[in-house]
Amino acid sequence: MTQTITLTINGKKRSDTVEPRMLLIHYLREVAGLTGPHIACETSLCGACTVHVDGKAIKSCSMFAVQADGRNVLTIEGLAADGKLDPMQEAFWNEHALQCGFCTPGMIMTAKQIVERNPKPTEEEIRHGLEGNLCRCTGYQHIVNAVKAAAAKA
Amino acid sequence: MIAENFEYSAPTKLDDALRQLSNEDTKVLAGGMSLIPLMKLRLAAPGQLVDIGRIADLNFIHEEGGTLRIGATTTHYQVENSPLVRSRCPLLAEAASHIGDLQVRNMGTIGGSIAHADPAADYPASLLALEARVALVTAKSKREIPIADFFVDTFTTALEPGEIVHAVVVPVEDQSTGTSYQKVLQPASGFAIVGVAARIRKSGGKIAMARVGVTGLSGKPFRATQVEKALEGAAGSPSEIQKAAALVSDGVDANSDLHASADYRKHLARVYTMRALAIALSRTA
Repeated sequence: MTQTITLTINGKKRSDTVEPRMLLIHYLREVAGLTGPHIACETSLCGACTVHVDGKAIKSCSMFAVQADGRNVLTIEGLAADGKLDPMQEAFWNEHALQCGFCTPGMIMTAKQIVERNPKPTEEEIRHGLEGNLCRCTGYQHIVNAVKAAAAKA
Repeated sequence: MIAENFEYSAPTKLDDALRQLSNEDTKVLAGGMSLIPLMKLRLAAPGQLVDIGRIADLNFIHEEGGTLRIGATTTHYQVENSPLVRSRCPLLAEAASHIGDLQVRNMGTIGGSIAHADPAADYPASLLALEARVALVTAKSKREIPIADFFVDTFTTALEPGEIVHAVVVPVEDQSTGTSYQKVLQPASGFAIVGVAARIRKSGGKIAMARVGVTGLSGKPFRATQVEKALEGAAGSPSEIQKAAALVSDGVDANSDLHASADYRKHLARVYTMRALAIALSRTA
């Protein structure tokens, strides 16, 4: 029971043979070697495993790798280009929006989606958008500030 | 957490998908927001998954003969942001915006949500208040049934073996109708501890029509017809609303869990029915 999938991850095409039951998060970390997306709750609550699939922020612990066959996946590793941070990454840096940093890759991928869809979000809209991402350091205020700062700069 | 192994197919044509559903051991995968967590916990272990997420013919929202037809794989994000749903059936867009979180709304689908029939799901309250219908399809036949007949019990629907949800059919709302969906959410999962959808139309200063759908309170979502009857013909004063809302939990065998005892749930249902009715009333023309 294996299947070959071909997908594009951070702009690079690759093909692998996987069991249908392999979750996208396990595929990204263990097969593709991308350990930026994190595994925490594994019950689709915490958002640490958030990546974009065909431009949509999704929780990669709740999607099978075979569902991503033929699709475009963007992980935190795909954001910085030529050694230059993505504006959202830079805003997280500037606003001290991380403490332990565990939730940060998921937070940034969700934050990017919020601003892509709504370039000037209100604080309420930012908080509503981040509901699916948990920060156990509870550093939400600085995370919200970072999303605001990134939106203001864009 | 790793699911049991299974065979996977992702047909792009509806007919192909329906043909593959003849086996008892086969499950339909739509957005996967309910099924995949169940499979990871091994509460479900289907031998074969038919992924309907690549069937373009199941993803649509269109207006037809005074109704909106919403294809089974339409995501909550699509419902929430569809100009057509927002203008023709704002209650459904409002309900969709409250489901789960951004990532769940990107993946989760209206057909998947109702087919799973979680007693704490958001959509059912609104669909009951809207008196929606569900279009079902098998390899050989088609039928359309009222949403109230679709929800049979907890996690149990009227779907027959080999049958899938094709579309949800909701009436285009009269512009003078006021609607609202109010919920108490479980903060971790976003599921409704109690959710109430209200729909009110006034005529000559009196409430001519009231519809109330309730989710989360009991084993299956239901229409609070006693509340509706109490409101019809009333002027809609705060005391009338309060009196009517108090009837919502009468005779209900309420759920009880870690998040809310049965008595507390009933209390929440009364308060949130009052709020949903008051807001819906303020939105009537």
